[in-house]
This record gives sequence, structure tokens and C-alpha cells, in this order.
Amino acid sequence: MAVRVQAKPFDTGAELAGFASGHKDVGAEVSFTGIVRDDTGGLRFMQIEHYPGMTEKAIAAIEAEAVTRWGLKDSLVIHRHGQLGPGEKIMMVATAAAHRAEAFAAAEFLMDYLKSRAPFWKKEVTADGEGWVAAKDEDEDALTRW
Amino acid sequence: MTLQVLYFAWVRERIGLPRDQVETGAATVADLVEELRALAPRYDAAFADTSALRVALDQQLADFDAPLAGVREVAFFPPMTGG
Repeated sequence: MAVRVQAKPFDTGAELAGFASGHKDVGAEVSFTGIVRDDTGGLRFMQIEHYPGMTEKAIAAIEAEAVTRWGLKDSLVIHRHGQLGPGEKIMMVATAAAHRAEAFAAAEFLMDYLKSRAPFWKKEVTADGEGWVAAKDEDEDALTRW
Repeated sequence: MTLQVLYFAWVRERIGLPRDQVETGAATVADLVEELRALAPRYDAAFADTSALRVALDQQLADFDAPLAGVREVAFFPPMTGG
């Protein structure tokens, strides 16, 4: 289990190459990478603010629950903060389990909870101005399935 | 008691500060919010609609009717948008 909250970029390939190595009982690994999307062509950058201290604790608690519920052999969450341009990787999760069903479910659970329960806030800065990204009702609703 | 009060995202921008140190006898989060609103119009504006806000006590999510006894750090922020 690992949690990293950082401003600097990360290398998905390098992270996955070393992930869950040494676990002979792992039969499935799933990873997800979130990328800064520019829907309108006008995004200059995304500014991501977080709550140092609480962020790490909140993610670790979510990760611990995923490990328990799906019997994960290993897990990794990386989430960046600061200024990120279109196309940059914001975050990634990886899960390792005996079988794929557990690895997929745990990765989806982690993503759903990171969206609404990890203290990050996104601001979009465009050519026309800036604005905070509002939380979506469907993201909150997504938690009810777990 | 002395509380460290933290603000994030648009709450921080509306108040104009990232944090305050507050001397208070407030029993609950809601009581503290009423005290903060009285400080200045910018606080009143930031806390006008608490249904649009979330609160954490010592870095754990809590409700606005939660007691403050023993708490050292209170944070106010909008709904989170991670991922």
C-alpha cells in the first residue's frame, strides 16, 4: 500500500513496472490514470489545491478499506496538486489482487471515493477567466453503490 | 479554547485568508460559523449557505452540528473534486 501526494509529474510505466513485484499470489493488476481534459479548447491550465495532512490521511483510509474489502495484495494511489496543463496526468491508482474482478472493483471504488472524499479542489483557468469546478451530483451518487 | 480555522478553494478566496486563529467558546461547528459570520461581511458572504460547504474537525469530515470540545483544527471548504 502506498499513497503519494505530490506536485511533480509521475511516470506511469515506471510506477507499474515496480508495482506489486514479489507477490507470487497476484493474478491481476488494474490501473487507472486521470488526465487533464480540455473540453472547449480554451483551457490554459488546471490549478489543484489540497489540504496537506488531511489529504494523505483520507486517501490512506480509503485505500485501507479497499485492501480489506477486496483482499488486495498491493495498491498505489498517486495524486498531483499545483498547476497542470491539458494532457498532463493528474493521478493514478493501481490495484493488485488474486483475480481480475477484485482488482477492477477495488480500482473503481478507489476512484469513486477519491472524487468526493479526498480534499482536492480544481480550478480551471481559461483564456476567458477562471472558475472552480463544481462537484457533480452523480459523483456523490456513485458512492451509494458501494 | 483556541482553534486553528482553515479555509480552502473559494471559501479561502471569499474570506481573503487561508487561516485564522480564533479564541472561542462555541459549542458546535454551527455556533462557530455564527461567530465567524459576525467578524466581517466577507465572512458573512462565505458562510451564507452552509449547505454548499463541508467541514472537517482535526482533518476528519464532520457535520455542522458536531461538538467542538477537544478539537484543535477546523477546516471549511466546498464539496471536494478529486480524481
